[in-house]
Amino acid sequence: MTSTVEEAFSVRPIDPHLRQQLLILYLGTSALDSNVIGWTRYDGTGRSRPTMGDSDEPPYATGLDALIDGWRLIQMSQLMPHQPGHEYDVSYLPYEFVFERLVEVDA
Amino acid sequence: MTALVDRKHLMNSVEMAHFVSHGSFTLEAVVPDSMNQRAIEVLDEGIPGYPYGTPLDEAFPQGTFVRELLDLPPVAGALQSLVGPGPVIDHHAVHIRPPRGGEAQNMHGDAILDTRTDAFDVQLMYYPRDVTLEQGGTLSVPGTHLRKINQTGIGRYQNLAGQTRLVCPAGTVVFLHHGIWHGGRRNDSDEPRYMFKIRFNPTVRQLRLWNTDDIDDPAVLKELTARFGWTSANEGRLELVNRAKLWRTLTGDQLFDIDNYLTREQLRPQFVAPGATDVRLASNRSGAGWNL
Repeated sequence: MTSTVEEAFSVRPIDPHLRQQLLILYLGTSALDSNVIGWTRYDGTGRSRPTMGDSDEPPYATGLDALIDGWRLIQMSQLMPHQPGHEYDVSYLPYEFVFERLVEVDA
Repeated sequence: MTALVDRKHLMNSVEMAHFVSHGSFTLEAVVPDSMNQRAIEVLDEGIPGYPYGTPLDEAFPQGTFVRELLDLPPVAGALQSLVGPGPVIDHHAVHIRPPRGGEAQNMHGDAILDTRTDAFDVQLMYYPRDVTLEQGGTLSVPGTHLRKINQTGIGRYQNLAGQTRLVCPAGTVVFLHHGIWHGGRRNDSDEPRYMFKIRFNPTVRQLRLWNTDDIDDPAVLKELTARFGWTSANEGRLELVNRAKLWRTLTGDQLFDIDNYLTREQLRPQFVAPGATDVRLASNRSGAGWNL
């Protein structure tokens, strides 16, 4: 028996009490234990609303410190070769690390 | 504005080097109080817009408040130092953020990705009232102006090490390079926040437009090599290369360099040393064909 896409995607999840919090760290190099030079947070619980310019001090000194504190790394930037003729060009920050943790929404 | 500014009011080389590394130049409390008082009424009424590229004389003739602002010697001197005499108006805007009003913008660069490396626009920001931390003055990230990004492609960068929140006394004028990463913050105070901005396009080549009498001052190189929290690791040297390139453009000195980076990459000697001319060294059996 099949259901519609809408029905299938409205099924109650197995973990309805959990929400994702995201921490994005921009590091000085591709090494996870290098210094944090930029940071961003998103709160899936809706309890807080982090925004641009909300803090001058990073939540962790290095990416590894976040790992040690319980954050789970779910993605890191690929190392991209420099385009010939544009080796010195600068653009977006290259070393992005995305972390998550799951927290209880009713906690 | 159309007349050349007296040389003593131009920026000096150390200040220009500061602009090249930071992407900004600030004249704190440069506008007299009497003008700041009048500014509120002028800004509340609004200032009509003009087509892109409108000459200053046409947009803001003598007798207007904005012309009076732009004719203040330090303001006129900085503007001429950065974009030269006779710049045109790209656009201008009055920003009034009400008490307890607005949301923080995502970080962005104004307009659209700008491909120019041999010219730049400046944005003049005038703050007629004190800007306190609670009023949510503009957040900007020093040194980001040379990075090629498109608008709010950097929107998920909430905080960068070395970022600054503008806090300034009434009458402050800030000049920003068009490429600087920035965003307006929420006003958490009970006072409205006023800001008037004008974007200027140059009409002359931006070559030695400032007072270069101090060009050999060691403080010039010190300013050009300024470090910020976000440049503390792998990005720092690339920033120095791009500042050196801009300094070459502004001074016309094509030999200027920082830490030899641009010079070293030109080291490709073509002279073949004596004793290295035996052409037989270039031949071998495998080069002749498969399985020979």
